[in-house]
Amino acid sequence: MSLGIPQLSLVIWVPILAGVAVLFTGSDRNAALARWLALLGALAGFLVAIPLYTGFDTLNPGMQFTEMHPWIETFNINYHLGVDGLSVLFILLTSFTTVLVVLAGWRVIEKKVAQYMAAFLIMSGVMNGVFASLDAILFYVFWEAMLIPMFIAIGVWGGPNRVYAAVKFFLYTLLGSLLMLVAFIYLYHVSGGSFEILDYQKMPIPMVPQVLIFLAFFTAFAVKVPMWPVHTWLPDAHVEAPTGGSVVLAAIMLKLGAYGFLRFSLPIVPDASHMLSGFMITLSLIAVVYIGLVALVQGDMKKLIAYSSISHMGFVTLGIFLFNAYGMEGALVQMLSHGFVSGALFLCVGVMYDRVHSRQIADYGGVANRMPMFAAFFMLFAMANSGLPGTSGFVGEFMVVMGAIKSNFWYAFFAATTLVFGAAYTLWMYKRVVFGKVANQHVEQLSDIGLREFVILALLAVAVLAMGIYPLPFTEVMHASVNGLLNHVAQSKLY
Amino acid sequence: MTDMQKLYLLVPLAPLFGAVIVGLFGHWIGRRPSHWVAIIGVAVSFAASVTIFKDVLAGNTFNGSVYTWLTSGDTRFEVGFLIDRLSVLMMLVVTFVSLMVHIYTIGYMRDDPGYQRFFSYISLFTFSMLMLVMSNNYLQLFFGWEAVGLVSYLLIGFWHTRPSAIYANLKAFLVNRVGDFGFLLGIGLVLWQFGTLDYAAVFARAPEMASQTIQLFPGHAWSLMSVICILLFVGAMGKSAQFPLHVWLPDSMEGPTPISALIHAATMVTAGIFMVARMSPLFELSDTALSVVMVIGGITTLFMAFLAVVQTDIKRVIAYSTLSQLGYMTVALGASAYAAGIFHLMTHAFFKALLFLAAGSVIIAMHHEQDMRKMGGLYKYMPITYLTSLIGGLALSGIPPFAGFFSKDAIIEAVGMSHLPGSGFAYFATVSAVFLTALYTFRMLFLTFHGKPRMDEHTRQHLRESPWVVWLPLVLLAIPSVFAGWRFIQPLLFGDYFGSAIVVSPQHDALIEMGQEFAAHGGLSGFIAHGVAALPFWLALAGIGTAWFLYMKRTDLPAKIAERSGVVYTILLRKYGFDEFNDWFFAGGARRIGGFLWRIGDVTIIDGFFVNGTARVIGWGSRLIRRLQSGLIYHYAFTMIIGALVMVTWFVRS
Repeated sequence: MSLGIPQLSLVIWVPILAGVAVLFTGSDRNAALARWLALLGALAGFLVAIPLYTGFDTLNPGMQFTEMHPWIETFNINYHLGVDGLSVLFILLTSFTTVLVVLAGWRVIEKKVAQYMAAFLIMSGVMNGVFASLDAILFYVFWEAMLIPMFIAIGVWGGPNRVYAAVKFFLYTLLGSLLMLVAFIYLYHVSGGSFEILDYQKMPIPMVPQVLIFLAFFTAFAVKVPMWPVHTWLPDAHVEAPTGGSVVLAAIMLKLGAYGFLRFSLPIVPDASHMLSGFMITLSLIAVVYIGLVALVQGDMKKLIAYSSISHMGFVTLGIFLFNAYGMEGALVQMLSHGFVSGALFLCVGVMYDRVHSRQIADYGGVANRMPMFAAFFMLFAMANSGLPGTSGFVGEFMVVMGAIKSNFWYAFFAATTLVFGAAYTLWMYKRVVFGKVANQHVEQLSDIGLREFVILALLAVAVLAMGIYPLPFTEVMHASVNGLLNHVAQSKLY
Repeated sequence: MTDMQKLYLLVPLAPLFGAVIVGLFGHWIGRRPSHWVAIIGVAVSFAASVTIFKDVLAGNTFNGSVYTWLTSGDTRFEVGFLIDRLSVLMMLVVTFVSLMVHIYTIGYMRDDPGYQRFFSYISLFTFSMLMLVMSNNYLQLFFGWEAVGLVSYLLIGFWHTRPSAIYANLKAFLVNRVGDFGFLLGIGLVLWQFGTLDYAAVFARAPEMASQTIQLFPGHAWSLMSVICILLFVGAMGKSAQFPLHVWLPDSMEGPTPISALIHAATMVTAGIFMVARMSPLFELSDTALSVVMVIGGITTLFMAFLAVVQTDIKRVIAYSTLSQLGYMTVALGASAYAAGIFHLMTHAFFKALLFLAAGSVIIAMHHEQDMRKMGGLYKYMPITYLTSLIGGLALSGIPPFAGFFSKDAIIEAVGMSHLPGSGFAYFATVSAVFLTALYTFRMLFLTFHGKPRMDEHTRQHLRESPWVVWLPLVLLAIPSVFAGWRFIQPLLFGDYFGSAIVVSPQHDALIEMGQEFAAHGGLSGFIAHGVAALPFWLALAGIGTAWFLYMKRTDLPAKIAERSGVVYTILLRKYGFDEFNDWFFAGGARRIGGFLWRIGDVTIIDGFFVNGTARVIGWGSRLIRRLQSGLIYHYAFTMIIGALVMVTWFVRS
């Protein structure tokens, strides 16, 4: 299967080591070298991730490409890696996005280039580590480690209010994670000294601790997703973050929260998950409707897309807690699709911001007159964000609505309101920014996208369309693991 | 794959190929090659449709999958085709009208800088519409459904620097999305209850589900079929612009005229009609749903016809007329006369596309003036446009032997035979609207082509007939507007053309009864004789007469009538106030709620109170505690003495 090559270690450590190497290029005198080295590292990171897909056994619901080495033997902590159908695609998404992020920052970032590139390369490796960890402490280390480069990215290369945003982001997510650590220590204790996530999944647990563990996980993951009402760090973080930061945040970091629910909450405490599913679904639907309405009135494009992200992630958490195949696979597809679409939208805003240095909708108008090619790409991504069939944005939403209606007609009813709200806030923004007469001098002087920007947007456009027209290759990978998880969750762990 | 199956694939893929080539490379290959690529794509599609039509008439239908889109759980979501007599008829109509519009566009958009983009869009539209009508399952239907909506959005906003155009396209998309919201829920219920989205499988199991109920509100068991059908119909109300989701269609006239003909008259807006006809096996199981369909159709028929009478923009007259005619088709569906609905869909596609393209021809000649008050007397300058418009107008008004007479009369008669609740109203609406239809149609024709020329001198001197690429499609559309009625009524309505493609339960089947009369009373001539003796025909003549009297004979009267009728006239001019209400209540309401949730929910409560509040409490607490660490010896000494005293007291007491 893996021919003895430690595939997962490669996807984690190649970007990290590349990042360290980029750091060694030092000051901005070597900026060009840093850029090329970073691109090379990102491409290498993506290349080593490809065998994970091509070599993946779609019939095997269990962990693949596993690696196991003792790490801290006193506490029985291991360097234990593996992926299944729930996680493997996200490693590819992370590695793919990193290439785009490096390209997106190519010319825009002029100060501390090496450090910027290094931060994102290291972050990429660390996030792959989160998806691949099978040891709770290893997971926790990666989970917290990824905060550091993002904190730095926002705090150093961010906008005027970056320190507030960076601290808010850091504290919000850190506080959430601490309770997760407590849960791990408790589980270590009752499992008789194991940090193996797979052991926790098999272990019977009484109801009361199940609920407590669920709530501990919930605080960690809900903040990350983010779910209403612990979402307010995200719009601030996005607004202040540099384009690359926003892309990674939206495309991957948010997915980690949802992934946490799938990897920890559901399999480890299934009874509590069932008991609290109504609560989770309610929060998800509030996110879809409430946040959809809030997104409508935003005047800042990045804030609008940030709110749109929260609303779309509401579909993910809704799908997960429906406990049926449509819902769960829909949630996974939605996570991937949102990775492409929100990343693309933030890049589009970045393209305009690089030229005009404003994110305010009111500062634009008639962009299509000067940037027709850009307008076409932006249209595609706006439509994908509105869930148009034929784009990836439709697939996940469709499946989740189909799953929701099985549970309760009204879940589907409220979820489907996104057809109207999602289109309203996305296309209204598009109308005010792109359509109309040339609004002002800044727009008048805009130049259309160059080759580098074209390549970035074209790659994403292909991904969005491919996934919309033929999603089967994506979902095929998930089936076995999703079925395994659904069967597992259906069995009570009470004794 | 057999040769025939390859041909099925070719039908949608040829226009898609044209759209992609022209869309991506049109800039480089230039204008002429671009329009050739697009036109050849659609022509190939039309030719293939004709071949398939012959094959279907020979009894070869097809229902199969092209590829598996997705699997989840035990369900396979497929992309596939259902080629039967219903879909092949739609394919013919769509590709034929599309081809005409493609040719016409060469002339109409000649000077537009977005020439290639326009061709790319209309070819993409043709692809989407074909995917919609050829689908064999609900998923692909929804894909086509939304894709035509996308292209409609792009084309209404084609001139994207016009504020009115980009307002109209957003409005069109969002109103359609409201319909799609219901449609998606309907599809969801089908998938949940039937476990599949494949038409054939759903229809096969439908009869056994007829008595199923569903509780959406606890304690209220509703018929499952009624709920599904009404939700699906909400989708049709959006796409086919039925009251109260009709508001987007008049504004869609902001788009270039060729697409008003193709999308907003002949094809896309009839998707809802087609869909309900396709779903006849489900709708037949719910009298409630049929009643709803009939009443909504009746309201649209009558009330939109009133609005057409007061419009002054030539395209808006035709737009409101389209709404009213779509209402007729909807009424036919409600009366279970699906075949009559489709028949009217077909004839309407011809004569309404004709009227729109003729209006476009007038608009070119008038240098993009659309106000009929500034026209008049054009027949002398544009004889071909005039004659073809007249044919279209006669067809629309329902004068025999033109096409509209047959299809409209069939609908009115079928409604008259229906016994469902609401059929009385629908009958009244469809009959009264005949008068209004003739009135507004001939008002438009008289104002435009007859009477004194009212344009300025400069425009008048430059008036001339449009080039052949513009008038040829008019002639080619005029031909079926003349003969499609009498030629096709017998096979389509009474000759069991549709066979098993449309299902009608015996107790609803008005067309059977009409067919027996048709056969008994001498076939076609009998139908005409019967029609000429009946009320609608005379109402149509009265409408034409009234139009003649008001707009040719006593041209001073309309203004006086408008003045006298005061409030009524204002209400009609304001289009019953729907636009104002929707803007204020829905658009404004959503923004107000959004603003409230943001400022109060997010900024004040969550961030202000909880997040920053927590930070503030911690900050306040630490400031308090910090005071204890003042760094002054005597503070610490004093604290120590107090502490010592407390401890001593404690020990002494115990």
